[in-house]
Amino acid sequence: MQSQLPAFNLQDEAPDTTTLALTGDWTQGHPAPRFEALQRSLVGLNASHLCADGAGLGAWDSLLMAFLLQCHDDCQARNIEFATRNMPQGIEQLLAVATAVDAREASEPPATLGLSALNPMHLLRYLWGELRESLAFTGEVTLGLARLLRGKANTRFVDFRNFCFQAGPEAFAIITLTSVLVGMILGYLGAVQLQQFGAEIYVANLVVIGMLREMGVLMTAVVMAGRTGAAYAAQLGTMQTNEEIDAITTMGISPIEFLVLPRMLALICIMPLLTIYADLLGVIGGGIVAGGMGISPVQYITQGETALSFSHIAVGLLKSLIFATLIAVAGCRAGINSGRSSAAVGQAATSAVVTAIIYLIVADAAINILFQQLKI
Amino acid sequence: MTDSSSSRALIEVRDLTMAYGSRVIQSDLNFDINRGDIFVIMGGSGCGKSTLLKHMLGLIPPSSGDIFYSGQSFFRADEDLKGTMRQGWGITYQSGGLFSAMTLAENITLPLELYTRYSRAEIADIVAYKLALVGLAGYQSYYPSEISGGMQKRAALARAIALDPEILFFDEPSAGLDPISSRLLDELILQIKESMGATVVMVTHELPSIFAIANNSVYLDNISHTMIGYGNPADLRDHSEQAVVRQFLRRSAAADVEDKS
Repeated sequence: MQSQLPAFNLQDEAPDTTTLALTGDWTQGHPAPRFEALQRSLVGLNASHLCADGAGLGAWDSLLMAFLLQCHDDCQARNIEFATRNMPQGIEQLLAVATAVDAREASEPPATLGLSALNPMHLLRYLWGELRESLAFTGEVTLGLARLLRGKANTRFVDFRNFCFQAGPEAFAIITLTSVLVGMILGYLGAVQLQQFGAEIYVANLVVIGMLREMGVLMTAVVMAGRTGAAYAAQLGTMQTNEEIDAITTMGISPIEFLVLPRMLALICIMPLLTIYADLLGVIGGGIVAGGMGISPVQYITQGETALSFSHIAVGLLKSLIFATLIAVAGCRAGINSGRSSAAVGQAATSAVVTAIIYLIVADAAINILFQQLKI
Repeated sequence: MTDSSSSRALIEVRDLTMAYGSRVIQSDLNFDINRGDIFVIMGGSGCGKSTLLKHMLGLIPPSSGDIFYSGQSFFRADEDLKGTMRQGWGITYQSGGLFSAMTLAENITLPLELYTRYSRAEIADIVAYKLALVGLAGYQSYYPSEISGGMQKRAALARAIALDPEILFFDEPSAGLDPISSRLLDELILQIKESMGATVVMVTHELPSIFAIANNSVYLDNISHTMIGYGNPADLRDHSEQAVVRQFLRRSAAADVEDKS
């Protein structure tokens, strides 16, 4: 069949009626005229009636319907009567359905932090909102903990146990890998410098103190922020999307007690254990490097023992408790306050990790300065 | 349209057995859906209605049997042919299935961008028209989470008809809607179906919907695990040999069926 190019033509039929003759195949692949072209001719139109005539129409699809709908809406805006005639079957019915409900005035989409972040006032307002949200969340968690201590909280032990398992044994492999490697890196770093003074043996002191006070706990925390903190945010964010958190709230259960506390307490219980494990493996990693430089295991252990003191272990463990709390708070807060879409859950997970790492670094620096001043 | 389509039904289900592992959901399903039908898959909860729909959509391969579209087996087709066949389908899922991270306009634009050669401006016009068809004109920039459940169902319908499909699949289109919205949605489906000349396959157990719009149906039984009713729902209600089917369609308990019939 010969296909014809789609076109329209305006003709004055009666003094107050103009005919819009539509011809050709209005299907994809044919360059259909745009409505804007018709609109320009309609501007000077004096008639009070516009009648679309489909007698010359060939094939058609949604493109023609979109065109007719625009004609209809435009005529309505100008108080012109719009009608159709000789249309192929289906068109009039579809047009009736499409015009049954008036269009909604486009409303402004809700504000999000996009390019407007460049505006300092917007940024300040955003940060202020974030700060308030964090403080509110911390307050709720504290109240929840108080209720837990009084034995009134709806926190289930079975949840706590499951989260302990997820945060602990399941993280062993990655913690093993990172701590051995960090121990080796510390060892190399120290060995290269100390060799210049012929003091290679002090590699043991450097690795033991470095791992116990600083690197063991910090690396564990960073791994847990990426592994567990992000998982918490994704779990709670998905529950928010599925209206599960609404369901929990309407059952009269506080989501903080039921969802946040077991996760947070599990992480707080597990982190010190993981830290001790990481310290041990880090020291072994340093030992491997020391062995490669001709220091025997016995020498390494003996020298390392002189550096070992209770305060180093205590500082590491104290940090691990603080870091665990920060990771859990960052993850759970991002999840609980997540939006209700798949993109929002992704944002929540990202925000959980980024916030947790910022918290960790700032807290670590603050603790180190404090202990420096206190000479611990 | 192939030549065989004139003599054969649009969709033919042949000896279909559906199973999850060793658990057989339904076996020996045989039915035809003709062009222009509004076909309803019905049955009690858990009988495998949605599973049957997922098989028809090619989301789950059958454990035996086959499904033919215009005489062409879906499961033996290669990926390209499957893709072509799927372009002729419009689907709404039980929970809407709208992409939550995209606005309504983006949701409808996606299939148009992927499968048509329309220009960007033409697509925007078509999106506006599709949204107007379902009574959501002007809602382009809204996210699915920002509109009501009934509006989400209609938005999902707008996405399903984006490509002017030949076959429309609906999984519980009016679940969770009030009776009036549900009736309006039925009418909308009927109007769109009639004016586009599409065939509709629908999973539902809303009796008013079934009698209002369906002209053909299959009843899946969850005790014998096969189909025990096939035909016009009103005929099945009055003349089915199976008491369960009559009970289901009359919404009655077991006892009073025999009295009335």
